[in-house]
Amino acid sequence: MKMPERSVVERRIVFLLLVLAVALPILFPLGLKTQSTPLTEQVYGLVESLPEGVPVIISFDYDPSTITELQPMAEAVIEHAWKKGHKVIATAMWPQGPQMAEIAFKDVQARMERKDAAAKKHPYGEDYINLGYKPGGLVTIQGMGRSMKAIFPTDITGQKYDEIPLLKPVRTLKDIRYVISLSAGDPGLRDWIMTANGKFNVPVAGGTTAVSAPGFLPYVNDQKQLYGLMGGLKGAAEYELLLGYEGTASLGMNPQSVAHILILAFILFGNIRAWKKRKADRLALEAKNG
Amino acid sequence: MADLMTTLGIWLAAFFTLSIFSFLYKDNPFYKFAEQVFVGLSAAYWLVYTIYNILIPNLFSKLLTDFSGNLVLLIPMLLGIMMLLRMFPKLQWISRYPLALMVGTSAAMSMLLSFKSDFLEQMAATMINPFKFTSAVDVVGTIMVIVGTLCGVFFFYFSKKQEGLYKVPSKIGIWFLMVSFGASFGYTVMARISLLIGRLDFLLRDWLHLIK
Amino acid sequence: MKRNLPLIVAFISGVVILVGGFIPRDPFPRIESTLIEWFMIISGFAILLGQASLLRMNVARVAEKAPNWQYYLAGLISFGLMLAFGLLWGMEKTPGLLGQGQGIVDKLGTKPFDYLFENAFIPLSATMFSLLAFYIASAAYRAFIIRTFESNLLMITAVIVMLGRTSFAPVLTGWIPDQLSWLRLPELTNFIMQYPNTAAQRAILISAALGIVGASLRIILGIERSYLGGGK
Repeated sequence: MKMPERSVVERRIVFLLLVLAVALPILFPLGLKTQSTPLTEQVYGLVESLPEGVPVIISFDYDPSTITELQPMAEAVIEHAWKKGHKVIATAMWPQGPQMAEIAFKDVQARMERKDAAAKKHPYGEDYINLGYKPGGLVTIQGMGRSMKAIFPTDITGQKYDEIPLLKPVRTLKDIRYVISLSAGDPGLRDWIMTANGKFNVPVAGGTTAVSAPGFLPYVNDQKQLYGLMGGLKGAAEYELLLGYEGTASLGMNPQSVAHILILAFILFGNIRAWKKRKADRLALEAKNG
Repeated sequence: MADLMTTLGIWLAAFFTLSIFSFLYKDNPFYKFAEQVFVGLSAAYWLVYTIYNILIPNLFSKLLTDFSGNLVLLIPMLLGIMMLLRMFPKLQWISRYPLALMVGTSAAMSMLLSFKSDFLEQMAATMINPFKFTSAVDVVGTIMVIVGTLCGVFFFYFSKKQEGLYKVPSKIGIWFLMVSFGASFGYTVMARISLLIGRLDFLLRDWLHLIK
Repeated sequence: MKRNLPLIVAFISGVVILVGGFIPRDPFPRIESTLIEWFMIISGFAILLGQASLLRMNVARVAEKAPNWQYYLAGLISFGLMLAFGLLWGMEKTPGLLGQGQGIVDKLGTKPFDYLFENAFIPLSATMFSLLAFYIASAAYRAFIIRTFESNLLMITAVIVMLGRTSFAPVLTGWIPDQLSWLRLPELTNFIMQYPNTAAQRAILISAALGIVGASLRIILGIERSYLGGGK
């Protein structure tokens, strides 16, 4: 049997170490605790500040490829909004969004009932509604600012907009008290900031994958273009901490932390190897030149 | 029956997960099969949602329930059909009209909106008095924001080769960009690892039941 | 002529939206709302176009028995199954042509479309992207070599942020006294994100916004024509 090249062997060792660094802390949790940060606390504060009965939008602008980071955020925000008595309107700029929304609503309901069998039920049509997927990004959001009914003639069950009691006080986007966009890319949070906040002055907060999070920080400013940001798995874990429960994100911080240390170790070994090679090359060159 | 189907579903999910992971060893038939199934499911999903969430409620349902009141919707329907003609090389030129309408509309909207939120508001957000803060950390930080933003814009904008004193703001701009890229790299690592955590958690908890 | 008329359409729609942005009086809001509704409907057809092209390409590959045609057939079968399930019984709360399919839901536990979504689509999508974790680990070992001052700066920031966003961070630097609390990893990470990172990202946003304005004007004025495609 022909032996694989050294670089292929090295790569497989790297992959194996990564799997162990993630799997072992999942199997044997280290019990590490998360600390919250001001950015997540701002999002929490926005939801906390509003009274019962206000209509709010949670926009599910992601697909299953980022489920680990964004689904726990969705569940935490839904639970918080329901606890505060807000009327949740689910929308989606990505086609998989409505399905992710339905899974989130079901899971939150189930978790609340597991914690307390007598927990308040949140029926569809009364405490939440799913208006489905619409393409177009900022063009569609601008349309929502003129007329919600024109963009969403029905909800996902086919019921007409005017026949849904929850939507009676909502004529345009300006009647919405906050929008929280859970966003994995484009279209997503940026469109909500530019349109819902920029044009219609609706407070916008967001949860994004860790990849996009640094790019949204300029919007967290005195102009309140963005009322805080949950970035990645840590952001989701922080929100869970603020709500007082340990969900999938909090548990995920164990393997996350160990894997980070491993990646740093890889960078260190890689640099030591490169430095040794540079030194050896320099010595060889000096020897050659006499 | 439902319980059996749920168990079968978990095994199906595990099969697809391991098929994709097998690519890490090398390309193989399981991976190729899983990849094409993904493409097929993805396309069908999007098609079903386009029909049920866009075409039916926003177009066909309105035309069928109140045709005379919604006659104007025949125009976007016609433009949509013109868009579909892009599939035929000889008729491709017809699709330029709906494309032009969409591109013109979205270009104008994004121009107005991004100029306000990404230019005017961002400039206003940078014009802060650093000394209004009591903590030294906030004062230093705010000065960094002002200097970094100005030098960064200087770096992007003045692309002519810079000499002497003009090189200084560009250099400072590059340093700030490097710090930002380092932060982005750290966050990217976090994002990628998170995705792996989700999959391994599924395999260990839901499939193998190694965790309660 | 075939290229000029569409350019005029782009110009008119662009100018109407631009003028409407500054004059919020009739008829501009109504024209804008109409254009937006049409935009959504045409987008729906554009999505149909994409799916139709993909279908045509895959059918051709299977018909010509191109290399790996068996896999494309598997793709077509999964496409057909998912489409049939969705059209016939709908998804989640949405009814299909045969209603909500209570009979099938009792047998499967969920609708067939949702069953495929949860047990096939979600694992496939999530696992496909989780492969990136392995590639970033491999890249960390081979490609992130410090050579210059700038790459030093990048690496130091990355190390601070990567440590600061873990649950080890409070433990590693918890011993630092309160007067120097900004040196603690979590606080240092927040400082980096809130100040120098924001500065650089803001510079990128401002420059990009000016670029968008330029590009949009070029499109509306007909100077940029690449979106029309090639040919006469």
